[in-house]
Amino acid sequence: MKNINSTFSIPSSWLLVFSCWVIATTATLTSLFFSEIVQLPVCVLCWYQRIAMYPLVLMLPLALFPFDAKIIRYAGVLTFFGGLIALFHVLLVAGYIPESAQPCVADISCSQTHLNLFGWLNMPMMSLFTFALIGKLLFYANTKTKRGYLE
Amino acid sequence: MQTLKLNEATLNKKILFLSTTVVLSLIFFAAISLFQTQQVSKGNELVNNNLSALTRIGAPTKGAADAKVTIVEFFDPACETCAKFYPLVNNIIKKYQGKVKVEMRYTPFHQGSEQVVKLLEAAHLQGKFWPALEILFAKQSFWTYNHVAKSNQALQLLSPLPLNQQQLKIDMESKQIKNIVSRDITDAKSLEVRATPQFFINGKPLANFGYKQLVQSVERAITLAY
Repeated sequence: MKNINSTFSIPSSWLLVFSCWVIATTATLTSLFFSEIVQLPVCVLCWYQRIAMYPLVLMLPLALFPFDAKIIRYAGVLTFFGGLIALFHVLLVAGYIPESAQPCVADISCSQTHLNLFGWLNMPMMSLFTFALIGKLLFYANTKTKRGYLE
Repeated sequence: MQTLKLNEATLNKKILFLSTTVVLSLIFFAAISLFQTQQVSKGNELVNNNLSALTRIGAPTKGAADAKVTIVEFFDPACETCAKFYPLVNNIIKKYQGKVKVEMRYTPFHQGSEQVVKLLEAAHLQGKFWPALEILFAKQSFWTYNHVAKSNQALQLLSPLPLNQQQLKIDMESKQIKNIVSRDITDAKSLEVRATPQFFINGKPLANFGYKQLVQSVERAITLAY
């Protein structure tokens, strides 16, 4: 009975990885919109976060058809490092990390923000939330698979 | 039976994935076109609010004086794309003779460009703006180094022209020319010219940059005016 049910409905681990893909794609398109269409400047730290975010758009669908739970491991590493850079960036913008500690090129400052929704939601903050959310969903997906891939 | 059900689940997944892809890309392209339409109307509004800044009496022009279509080009003599567009704009004026004229405005964005712009304006006082500009654009690599303009080299290149060199040097330092150049820079700022060349066709900024787009925009203005 249980077996028949699972063939009809889509397994939750698949749906979780799929959700990660939707979030990563939305984040990628949003960042491209602001840099290419609105033409906001992109600083070095933003680029490092992009390096972690953009591959997910192509990697995750490959693991959806057919489902390959190992993707949790590969995408997890990217998400972790992207999240770390985003955290650093958020702390830099908030002023907890001194200006001299930032690895930015002279012409585009990473401590400056160009988009502020509600006065506090800027791009690095959105990036940090996105990486955190993807990480969380990947973690849930990991617990749903028989073998854990986040050892 | 088992495989049939399996296929159904896979089909559902594929439908879900593909429809999400379509929805996301539709939202993306809708956002782009919405933003661009807003930018175009904002640009038109900006020019309408600063119409006096667009054309100035005495600025160098080419083409029939009574032409109903005016291209205003904000340019920097040291800008490579401006040099590439110079023959293209000439082609447009030739092709639609009597219907199109071009007015040149100075936007010296490059380092050292302001002196070269003053040189051009001094040549303009002696009625030699266009031959001087043609030489400077054709030999741009001889007086610009790593995006820095050298006005002395530019001045030397103009020696084949029948110009009063003495007067040229005096005019370059004159208050009159200084005022004209700073007026053009202020006008460019109020019209939000951020890159050169920037074209305005009958008061409408060229929304998408490119030669084809420029020609299309000019042709549209001609059909409207004639």
